[in-house]
Amino acid sequence: MNQWEVVIGIETHAQLATVSKIFSGASTAFGAEPNTQACAVDLALPGVLPVLNRKAVDCAIRFGLSIGAEVAPKSVFARKNYFYPDLPKGYQISQMDLPVVVGGSLTLQVGSGDKAYEKVVRLTRAHLEEDAGKSLHEDFHGKSGIDLNRAGTPLLEIVTEPDMRSSDEAVAYAKALHGLVRWIGICDGNMQEGSFRCDANVSVRPKGQAEFGTRREIKNLNSFRFLKEAIDYEVHWQINEIEEGRRIQQATVLFDPDTGETRTMRTKEDAHDYRYFPDPDLLPLMIGAEWIERIKGELPELPGQKRERFTNVLGLSAYDAATLTASQEIAAYFEAVVAVAGQGNAKPCANWVMVDLAARLNKEGLEMAESPVSAQQLGGLILRIADNTISNNIAKKVFEALWNGEGATADEVIDKQGLKQITDSGAIEALVDEVLAANAANVAEFKAGKEKAFNALVGQVMKAAKGKANPQQVNDLLKKKLAG
Amino acid sequence: MIHASLKELSQALAAKKISSVELSTLFLDRIQRLNPDINAFVTVDRDKSLAMARAADASIAAGTAGPLTGIPVAQKDIFCAEGWTTTCGSKMLANFVSPYDATVIAKMHGEAGLVSLGKTNMDEFAMGSSNETSFFGPVKNPWDRARVPGGSSGGSAAAVAARLAPAATGTDTGGSIRQPAALCNLTGLKPTYGVVSRYGMIAFASSLDQGGPMAASAEDCALLLNTMVGFDERDSTSLDRPTEDYTRELGEKAGDKPLNGLRIGLPREFFGEGCDAEVMAAVRAAIAEYEKLGATCVEVSLPNSHLSVPAYYVIAPAEASSNLSRFDGVRYGYRAPEYGNLDDMYMKSRAQGFGAEVKRRILIGTYVLSHGYYDAYYLQAQRIRRLIANDFVEAFKSCDVIMGPTSPSTAFKLGEKAADPVQMYLSDIYTIAVNLAGLPGMSIPCGFAGGLPVGLQLIGNYFAENQLLNVAHRYQQATDWHARRPEAIA
Repeated sequence: MNQWEVVIGIETHAQLATVSKIFSGASTAFGAEPNTQACAVDLALPGVLPVLNRKAVDCAIRFGLSIGAEVAPKSVFARKNYFYPDLPKGYQISQMDLPVVVGGSLTLQVGSGDKAYEKVVRLTRAHLEEDAGKSLHEDFHGKSGIDLNRAGTPLLEIVTEPDMRSSDEAVAYAKALHGLVRWIGICDGNMQEGSFRCDANVSVRPKGQAEFGTRREIKNLNSFRFLKEAIDYEVHWQINEIEEGRRIQQATVLFDPDTGETRTMRTKEDAHDYRYFPDPDLLPLMIGAEWIERIKGELPELPGQKRERFTNVLGLSAYDAATLTASQEIAAYFEAVVAVAGQGNAKPCANWVMVDLAARLNKEGLEMAESPVSAQQLGGLILRIADNTISNNIAKKVFEALWNGEGATADEVIDKQGLKQITDSGAIEALVDEVLAANAANVAEFKAGKEKAFNALVGQVMKAAKGKANPQQVNDLLKKKLAG
Repeated sequence: MIHASLKELSQALAAKKISSVELSTLFLDRIQRLNPDINAFVTVDRDKSLAMARAADASIAAGTAGPLTGIPVAQKDIFCAEGWTTTCGSKMLANFVSPYDATVIAKMHGEAGLVSLGKTNMDEFAMGSSNETSFFGPVKNPWDRARVPGGSSGGSAAAVAARLAPAATGTDTGGSIRQPAALCNLTGLKPTYGVVSRYGMIAFASSLDQGGPMAASAEDCALLLNTMVGFDERDSTSLDRPTEDYTRELGEKAGDKPLNGLRIGLPREFFGEGCDAEVMAAVRAAIAEYEKLGATCVEVSLPNSHLSVPAYYVIAPAEASSNLSRFDGVRYGYRAPEYGNLDDMYMKSRAQGFGAEVKRRILIGTYVLSHGYYDAYYLQAQRIRRLIANDFVEAFKSCDVIMGPTSPSTAFKLGEKAADPVQMYLSDIYTIAVNLAGLPGMSIPCGFAGGLPVGLQLIGNYFAENQLLNVAHRYQQATDWHARRPEAIA
């Protein structure tokens, strides 16, 4: 395994969030009764013609701008010809030689903690195309049904260079891309409904070898977990094949989540000749500077730009910045917390959002937008930690109280429940003296060299203070008294 | 009334000398009597036609009628019309009732208030020059019923020539309006590509197909064209231009030289070998007539015109092979009664549903688009196409309109060329280049050879339809070739 290098390229089909289809006026809404959202154009009746939906082009331009790519001034729609019952025209309108988006790159964080590193994945191209319908093989008494609701749904196919070197990098890329397309509002990212699906081109080669190995393409992976499992299995399989003296044949394979294995769908020999040629029903797509400028003006601050600001201005780590820019909702929440707690408290704000809040939301299965604790409430809470009104431990209580609606603000909860920290050194000293007097045994143990006994004494003081004593002051006073 | 011009019919209807129902009935009765022999119509629906006629009469009575409201016309069966069987001359669509109107049909039935008499026979999917590839049998030429009417708009041509309809729609991919017009002594116009919407016009070769009028005169064509044109947002290749009145230049003109200053370009490639001598004589006589009307002639050259037939027979089949993929037996149209698996269903349905000429062109088209052949055939043909278009650009620097024969021969005998596709393809040798360049072209009657009509082709610059119609109209004012009628049809 160690002498092998894995090479992965990914093709992603992102369904564009347009109201109507890419070449017709029919609705793209998911889940309607079969064939109720297919008009004459989608059904490919004789004589119908496609008309390009400019909103789909807007999406492609948004994407191109957000990855620093070239938006092609001229791109061409081509017909990809093949017969299949859910492909009504007998060809798919796609783009071949001249795609709408060329180049660009995506910067992502791979792994976490000390092992985290930054990775740049180059994009080859992104092109517009239409989706096919669906074949339904159940419940038709031996026949197949066709649902053409999805036929003509706009897709952006996003293709990377073979830049990824592990399944972790592949997943990190897919997650970053998934975050980006949702961020810029061109795709709802719903993987169960097929709005975002990946094909992984996987090959292996001996480390140090310049040429790529023969690749196999794993089709239609609709979850990050399947993406990882499929690649891991495929890599393992390919290495095993080569080590046993067999050659890898170029092929398209399918991943079976039940067995965790990939199986060959077709090899290069029986690959289709799609007979691509420019679609004579559609003029070349011309995108002028004006169109690009308009879209540029509509773009939100991009995750990359936000990440940079979070590290440079707020002093967050690259990992924290990446986590907090995973989606626009998280970033917006975090920024609202910082707006209340102040930029100087950005790090605790990040921790509260990423750790405490995230864990609580996760436990209840809630989205950031559904959080019972508002960003303003959390910011107010963090302010009270920062000014020593409460300790971190008490803060967790206050957070829980806010979560349960026991107060409108952290201050109200602290006040109502008497949680204000004791910072009066006289009061703390009295408590310390009390505890020392009552726990002679612990004192003796500490003096005999048992460090643990100190913690027990701290605990006793905190208990006596009902948790409200400033922990640092308690520590300092205890140390002083015991040393004296 | 049967032989009246559209203008005369319009006046008669407006003056209430005849109602649209009476007029339509006149033609429907004539179709009933003569069509079994001529086979120009594949679908006639008296009830539907008369319902349209009644609506037109109501509109005339209410004073909301347009210039052609209530006038009956024939529609080539390539145009989808809601509720009408729309077959495109194929077994594949013999059972297809269109649920929607082509834009051209919607315009004619709607705003213009025309009455459709029925759907006319045609070569299967417009692939042919004799109307013999139709699933519904050949159409007979009213001038000689042993001969072809030309194609692919052969049914429309025969219908108008036999006065089963005062005018008809056609479509022209490589000459399919002009060649049958020439062979049946009609005036036919193929507009500039993009002037008439292709939405609902069943595609043969998308980059070449263009609908247009077929009628007895340039004036009738202009009136009918007025109802067909206009930007259509449902056709991405439709051109967004201000609407024109194509009768604009047809008014009275003083003097006996109405075409003074007109420069006629005569491409030397159209006046060489390959054309029947009698046809050529009629064409030359027509050009001499034009000189009498004030025009001057200049020789021009279209040096790449000999490449137009080969380039066309790469590009058109390539597009057709893809356009006809939708006829797969899955959603509508013909499906083989018995089949094993999915592939078998496709193969049997298409093998049984398409005729020989359509299959030949699908095979050619599939071949030229195949991996490894695409550059040598398809791309090369596209380069030739550009050269051909450039030839015209050059030629129009020294002339206003180009003239020559429409077809190298008069109507040939049924079956004469049916077994020899190359001979058949050469019928369109003078017309194809016009489609490749996207230019407007016309054919007008200019005499007879052996008792059969000869057509003169007029080719204009882009959007010069008005000029072409004027040039044709002045000739028709000075001559009566276009007014001659086949004596055998009473």
